Amino acid sequence: MTPPAAAAPSDTAETVDDPSVVADADVLADLLVEEISIDGMCGVY
Amino acid sequence: MTSYTLHPQVGLRDEKFGALAYHYGNRRLTFLNDDKLVTVVRSLDQHDDVDEALAAAGIPAAQWPAYRVALARLVESEILREHH
Amino acid sequence: MNITDRLSHGLDAPICLTWELTYGCNLACVHCLSSSGRRDPRELSTDELFAVVEELAAMQVFYVNIGGGEPTLRPDFWDLLDYCVDHKVGVKFSTNGSRITPEIARRLATSDYVDVQISLDGADAATNDAVRGEGSYDVALTAMQRLADAEFGEFKVSVVVTRDNVDQLDDFLALTKRFGAQLRLTRLRPSGRGAEVWDQLHVTDAQQRSLYRWLLDHPTVLTGDSFFHLSALGEPLPGLNLCGAGRVVCLIDPVGDVYACPFVLHEQFKAGSVRASGGFTAVWRESALFTELREPGSAGACTSCGSFDACRGGCMAAKFFTGIPLDGPDPECVHGHGEAALLAGTGARPPVLAGHSHAGRRAGPVAVAIGRRPA
Repeated sequence: MTPPAAAAPSDTAETVDDPSVVADADVLADLLVEEISIDGMCGVY
Repeated sequence: MTSYTLHPQVGLRDEKFGALAYHYGNRRLTFLNDDKLVTVVRSLDQHDDVDEALAAAGIPAAQWPAYRVALARLVESEILREHH
Repeated sequence: MNITDRLSHGLDAPICLTWELTYGCNLACVHCLSSSGRRDPRELSTDELFAVVEELAAMQVFYVNIGGGEPTLRPDFWDLLDYCVDHKVGVKFSTNGSRITPEIARRLATSDYVDVQISLDGADAATNDAVRGEGSYDVALTAMQRLADAEFGEFKVSVVVTRDNVDQLDDFLALTKRFGAQLRLTRLRPSGRGAEVWDQLHVTDAQQRSLYRWLLDHPTVLTGDSFFHLSALGEPLPGLNLCGAGRVVCLIDPVGDVYACPFVLHEQFKAGSVRASGGFTAVWRESALFTELREPGSAGACTSCGSFDACRGGCMAAKFFTGIPLDGPDPECVHGHGEAALLAGTGARPPVLAGHSHAGRRAGPVAVAIGRRPA
């Protein structure tokens, strides 16, 4: 299988052990998903 | 192989920025800020595992770790459930 | 763009909204935000209520907060609950408890999508009944016991914080634990009959600080983001900390008028009517008022204050009904800018209207009814 030209050099399973990749994944995940616990929010009684 | 499904108590609603997910049980509101993530979440039931869904959504492999983290967070918030 | 900015610009549909079903009420609480008491002859019919539910379902509004007046006074209330749930619109309804029979409590306990909120304004009968009327404490606690007996699960007890009950917060918490309920505290606004009692009942500056610390110490107590103006005191309170009016929430009133929020029942904050040809959807998406509210606002008079990002200038309703310009400070600004604005006499308070209050009520500040009875 030829890796696509734009892919990172090592896109196999061992990337998850690389701390810098894991940190980047967390940072990017922060942009993808944000959560808040709401109770009505202001404007509702 | 991990696979997930949308929690039955969650309402998922498309928005300009992606989607909003509201969990009727725990009252959490989650912003899915990315159209591709929303596509993945909506397609989970059609795929045997997460990586298949990521590929089908056209997400570059380099970004899969981030998407896997995002999906894991959705499982923590109970927006998604593990499917065994 | 962070969550706060995204929500300030508004969404294509509310996340939730308040829906007052009737102006009728069997109580006459001194601070009633909707000046309720007598039903309005123009209230939405059952068919009109159902049509609104269908619109909310199509927009995927996640849930409605139903209140009034006392919503259970409407004979079609229970049918409306079922209609909402059948259309996947969650319901949280606010009640004084007078119609929660044991049978109704058991029925409510069977639905995952219905939440109940019992109103209470004192941790003992004297404090509560001074605001809500004689016997209302007993009625509320009876309803709570019935919900507990029916194993409803965590219903809510909702308290409007006043000068006279702010020292009872621990007692309120203990009370809710007794019934397996969750405590909710909300802010008194000078809205409806609240305008008449604001001066006597709103918390003092020292009480605000003490309330803020208590809220930080008890993060599981719900507030509906009601006290976001207190976030200027330091660490932000949990929640979105912004005014959702016209952006993520709004009010539908008993006659189908749509307002920015339930605390601004005034022409200036009326966006339109569900009875107009585009229904609720058109009002939410196209009304001039909501479009304006969704524009990025300037800090106005609060520009030079370092806390603006935390408090966003506070509550529109609190400012409007105390005569402070909307780009001015909140009357309860924790830095005292609101007090200063009031002393400087920036504007006249809007006249207090009778609304739907029961005839024969004394108008204006009522010295006898307020405050605790002698022990």
